[in-house]
Amino acid sequence: MINLLILPIIIPLVTAVILIFFANKIAIQRWISVISMIGTFITSLILIHKIHQSGIQTLDLSNWPAPFGITLVSDMLSALLVATGSFIALCCILYSFDTIGKEREKYYYYSIVQFLMVGVNGAFTTGDIFNMFVFFEVMLMSSYALIVIGGTKIQLRESIKYLLVNITSSALFVIAVAYLYSVVGTLNMAHISERIAEVNQPGILSVIAVLFLIVFGLKGGIFPLFFWLPGSYYAPPVPILALFGALLTKVGVYSILRTYTLFFYHDQGFTHTLLIVLSLITVVLGAIAAIAYKDIKKIIIYNIIIAIGVITYGIGVMNADALSGSVFYLIHDMLIKAALFMIAGVIIIITGTGNYQKFSGLIRHYPLLSWTFFISILALAGIPPLSGFVGKILIARGGFEANDVIGALIILFSSLAVLYSLMRVFINSFWGESKSGQINTNASIGKLMVPIILLMVVSICYGVFSEYVNVYITQAVEVLINPSIYIDAVLYK
Amino acid sequence: MEIIMSILIGLLFASAVYLMLSKSLLRIIIGTGLLSHGAHLMLLTMAGLKRGTVPLLGENAEAYTDPLPQALVLTAIVISFGVTAFFLVLAYRTYQELGTDNVEEMRGTEKDD
Repeated sequence: MINLLILPIIIPLVTAVILIFFANKIAIQRWISVISMIGTFITSLILIHKIHQSGIQTLDLSNWPAPFGITLVSDMLSALLVATGSFIALCCILYSFDTIGKEREKYYYYSIVQFLMVGVNGAFTTGDIFNMFVFFEVMLMSSYALIVIGGTKIQLRESIKYLLVNITSSALFVIAVAYLYSVVGTLNMAHISERIAEVNQPGILSVIAVLFLIVFGLKGGIFPLFFWLPGSYYAPPVPILALFGALLTKVGVYSILRTYTLFFYHDQGFTHTLLIVLSLITVVLGAIAAIAYKDIKKIIIYNIIIAIGVITYGIGVMNADALSGSVFYLIHDMLIKAALFMIAGVIIIITGTGNYQKFSGLIRHYPLLSWTFFISILALAGIPPLSGFVGKILIARGGFEANDVIGALIILFSSLAVLYSLMRVFINSFWGESKSGQINTNASIGKLMVPIILLMVVSICYGVFSEYVNVYITQAVEVLINPSIYIDAVLYK
Repeated sequence: MEIIMSILIGLLFASAVYLMLSKSLLRIIIGTGLLSHGAHLMLLTMAGLKRGTVPLLGENAEAYTDPLPQALVLTAIVISFGVTAFFLVLAYRTYQELGTDNVEEMRGTEKDD
């Protein structure tokens, strides 16, 4: 029992409440929210250290013993994701200072971001399936507010679709929990896993597994449930988009990873094959769309979908290599997508358009920005020694091990599509002659580059020193492969 | 009793889907309300409706109703209440800003800020 793991939930919650009292004092809001996120990040690093030394940490709220009360469980996977998420939120808050605009800042923007982090960190940490639903709702409620904040026409229109999709998926989540409860009679995730192991996953549980896949797939954006994603993510301003692209979809993926490795691992014939097929189609469709569009924001949004497909493929294959590849790629993708969206935002500030054919020669005026963009493309496509490489090669190796040659090849070739879709942007708009009037050469982007460089440095270190990171990833995957570690830590400590 | 409830839940879902597929925003919101009501009733029904007395475990209690689904339903109702309120406000703002509550007419180019 340790109280440390509730801090990443409590700190943003208290901060969000405090921030409401400073609605008109923007400077104070900024500093408080930065300090709180640094605090959350440091706490999660301490948590990682603690888990590394003494295994999975649990907290039974109000001292109700494990299967009866709500339990918070932090294993290495969730601690790593909490740390990455807090770091990205910190960078997004830094980036918001000069981009989000005073109007939005006065309308509780920073407060809502903190509430979003409560939901995200809570969903990563909770060990109770209904509590996960509650934290999902906390996260979604803040995301509704974030997607509509500012109230431009396109935001209003897209947020209606976003709201409708998510209300439907929340209703399905309640139904899935209801079915699961009627079959196993418990809500504690470790206890559910144990009960399912006792009855050896009959057919009805596979139905529930698919229902969970629909719910989390809608959040995460796998085929055919990503239809809402490109439109809704296009509407809000860039800092919010970076936060959404990096965090919200990944919470869905984390939940698939958790449920499919902890609950439904006995009868993999149907559910996991379904997951593999869906994620391969996701990768292919995402790649086609990423190549088809000419708008930088759209291209990166479709790159999210490709990455989701790659990660869920690793989950579907379910062997040691593929799972560690998935975990590795998940964290890499969170970092690099946030950085890419921020760079796209800077480009739009400089040129006033997201269409890459309308300007060229950006590298002459903004060399630092251009090289950061170049490195992030290489990292995203998985050029060694950058961070995308290790994850993707592990997922592909897992695919080959499972004798799924076609799947592994599609995963490998998707790198080419990613590289092509973004390298095209780089060649067209960064190289060449700069014509007058296209590029604002005096834009002050110095402050905006700080969070981008911060993310890039972490991302590069993550790839170059993957040897050291691997110790933690291995510990995270150990729990995924062997659920009894999780069950023992929660129920029989 | 469970059978009747199942039929009721099915009816709620059917009408929810019908309403959500219509064009008027207000109908869509009522549809989402019915959808979450269906889901909540389903949560209650799934745990068994009436299996005994109140969940106060005494010396002589033989059977008692499971209190957990009722706690869950309470949480879910509060959440869906909040979401519906948000949706209503959003729909009103959209009506003010775009001048229509018909989703068909909300299409537009992506640049119209």
